[in-house]
Amino acid sequence: MMHNLPPKPKRSTFKTVRNILIGVILAGIYIWTFMGIDIDFAKAVDRMTNNYARIIPKLLDPDWSALSDVWAAMVETIYIAFAGSLMAAILAIPLGFLAAQNMTNNRVLTTIGKWILSAIRAFPDIILAILFIVVVGPKPFAGVLAIAIGSTGMLGKLYSEVLESIDTNVVEAMEANGANKLQILVHGILPQITPEFLSYAIYRFEIDVRASTILGIVGAGGIGTLIVFAKMNRNWEEMGLILLMIIVVVTVIDLISTQIRKRLV
Amino acid sequence: MTEKEIKKTSTQSPSVIPLKAKFRVTVIFFIVLAFYLFSSFKTESSITEFIDGIGNMGELFQKFFPPNLSLFQAIWPALADTIQMAIIATTAAGILCIPLSLLAANNVTTNKILYNIVRFLLNILRTIPDLVLAVIFVALFGIGALPGIIALVIFSLGLLAKLISETIEAIDMNPLEAMQASGANTIQTIYYAVVPQVLPQFTSFVLYVFEINIRASVVLGLVGAGGIGQILDQQIKFYEYPNAMGIIIIIFALVVIIEYISTKVREAIV
Amino acid sequence: MIEFKNVSLTYPNGTKGLKNVNLTINEGEFVVIVGLSGAGKSTLIRSINKLVTATEGELLVDNENILTHKGKRLRSLRTKVGMIFQNYNLVKRSNVFKNVLAGRLGHTGTLRSLFNLFSKEDRSLAYESLKRVNIEEKIYNRADELSGGQQQRVSIARVLTQKPKYILADEPVASLDPPTSHQVMTYLRKINQEDNITTVVNLHFIDMAMEYADRIIGMRAGEVVFDGPASEVSEKTFEEIYGRTIREGDLRGGTEA
Ligand SMILES: Nc1ncnc2c1ncn2[C@@H]1O[C@H](COP(=O)(O)OP(=O)(O)OP(=O)(O)O)[C@@H](O)[C@H]1O
Ligand SMILES: [Mg+2]
Repeated sequence: MMHNLPPKPKRSTFKTVRNILIGVILAGIYIWTFMGIDIDFAKAVDRMTNNYARIIPKLLDPDWSALSDVWAAMVETIYIAFAGSLMAAILAIPLGFLAAQNMTNNRVLTTIGKWILSAIRAFPDIILAILFIVVVGPKPFAGVLAIAIGSTGMLGKLYSEVLESIDTNVVEAMEANGANKLQILVHGILPQITPEFLSYAIYRFEIDVRASTILGIVGAGGIGTLIVFAKMNRNWEEMGLILLMIIVVVTVIDLISTQIRKRLV
Repeated sequence: MTEKEIKKTSTQSPSVIPLKAKFRVTVIFFIVLAFYLFSSFKTESSITEFIDGIGNMGELFQKFFPPNLSLFQAIWPALADTIQMAIIATTAAGILCIPLSLLAANNVTTNKILYNIVRFLLNILRTIPDLVLAVIFVALFGIGALPGIIALVIFSLGLLAKLISETIEAIDMNPLEAMQASGANTIQTIYYAVVPQVLPQFTSFVLYVFEINIRASVVLGLVGAGGIGQILDQQIKFYEYPNAMGIIIIIFALVVIIEYISTKVREAIV
Repeated sequence: MIEFKNVSLTYPNGTKGLKNVNLTINEGEFVVIVGLSGAGKSTLIRSINKLVTATEGELLVDNENILTHKGKRLRSLRTKVGMIFQNYNLVKRSNVFKNVLAGRLGHTGTLRSLFNLFSKEDRSLAYESLKRVNIEEKIYNRADELSGGQQQRVSIARVLTQKPKYILADEPVASLDPPTSHQVMTYLRKINQEDNITTVVNLHFIDMAMEYADRIIGMRAGEVVFDGPASEVSEKTFEEIYGRTIREGDLRGGTEA
């Protein structure tokens, strides 16, 4: 039987070259990665088998006698996250306006605003914490500042996106009515942006609670401080309780915050 | 109209914002404010202290500057480790998340119990911070890149599976019905009707998680899980601030460059 | 041959989709099912390839009771019964050829299909099917680049590639404009005659039903209330099936493109 096969697909040379290029680059990256990384699996497995019994069962058997300490540290974590988030929620407002094209009407300013915001976002929270510890010393306040600055980057970006998407007809109508800039801001813009700004700020608080749990690892307060002690003392039962505390509290805060945000928007 | 009547109508004119809402907003505002003040007090965050701190900034500048960028060559191996850890972890998470995200999508996994169990596990996975996972895995496997990679895999698995399962839940189910109606089995149906619909988003999310993993893997070294963070930790402990600042700036550049590339690629895909 | 013997279907929420349906659809027939929205047309058609399962009675396809079919046997029933949908149900991001080849999945091993290893025969069959509905020049276009009528033709090609013995079409023209609707119906009719594929089509439009059908089945509230050759059908018959007078919206209008 003669097969009447379809014509071969016509691929543009550009696409072919592009696909080959992508393939080569990817292959290169993976070869570099697997040649470069040096992991002694035998040793790691060996250690794992030695350490397993010393750690895992204890993690699953939390030390409840440490509950009040762990709880206190968790509460401090929440304070850090809250103070930091709120500072960021406010700091991000001017930056958000600066980075919103339709608010500044100035290309240069907008670009500067966007650059500042993405520069801030490039710093991992914990590195900011390291810097602020040098400034204010190793205490929760350094954590608050790290969270505040770190969150400003993301919130400012989200705010500017909200601002760029508002309905400008309302603003125009008010301008036509003879309203001044401040009146337009209060009656034309604020009602449009407030729910979304709030919703993002609360969302960021969720993230910040998670972020604050580890700040203590570099000395910036919160439950991370206990993690360092538990690790040093090989107190894995306490580590188990810390883990459990983080899981439960973060989950509960996520649930509450999701509910609040649902109602806001 | 008498004066009395005018007074009456004026009190009846409705206020722009309903009273009840006004009251509620005020109450919420004061609760938030109170909690903030309390938090500030508890964390010893005070403006004065910050201003003192700003004063220290000058000192800080002196301490940290000029950053020593000449150590780039010396730290390149550790930086490479950092990138490689993120690549391996992202790849592993990208593969492992496929079955997980199918199980966590309610239009593929119609068994409610299984679906809920998987969702629950993924949610828990996402609550554990990567550094905490790293602390535990370092204790298990010893110092090195491996515990860092495992911590990253587990953390990004939760995130990736959640993002991708949501994508799967949003796909057009019609082609699946057509495949089933033509006698295709489950695997074929997934491969021919689900995969093409989620592939672009899948790639985009994997790149996004790669960005996150780069940022995370930079700091894993702080707890001994390999990469550049380990060197940063040493330099800070030895008060070698210009070196530390140099490392931080190099890290910053790395993150910015990788995010830039990744964003461009993601824009091209979706 | 498809036989309904006292078939009833109750949905899990208690809705009665079919009530004691008795029907025999013979080899090579072109049957059109009409009825108001909610009459149970889709339920009837979808019970034939067990996308929904009848809860009472017997449903025989080629003398096999399909109501107990599961797994492999169900899939082999489905390879024999092709289906065309109102919304074409193509994978929008895949190209036309891949969509058409998907019609062979039921005949292809899992491993082969995962590597796109369709046999030469399958690929040429898919191409021939595209040619039969005159859409072969779009073979490497993505499905979402096609118009509705073109997409429906691709979905007909997909069914043809499946080499079915029966074709079920659930409102295949409901999303199309009048000339395109006639074009699609003409293809279905042509395939029915040339390949002797038994075809069951749901239609909303009574003028189209009269134009293309050999036989018309009228449904109301899950029951078959009319069953006869198209030549015996008049507007009056439809008024009886619908339980009301005929309106403009019941007609597709236009003529064959
Ligand atoms: N999955 C389901 N679950 C519950 N009830 C259903 C389901 N599908 C259909 N029904 C009900 O069964 C009855 C028949 O529906 P069916 O879809 O077969 O009607 P139809 O004649 O195809 O209507 P249309 O012309 O609107 O497509 C309707 O009352 C419908 O509400
Ligand atoms: Mg229907």
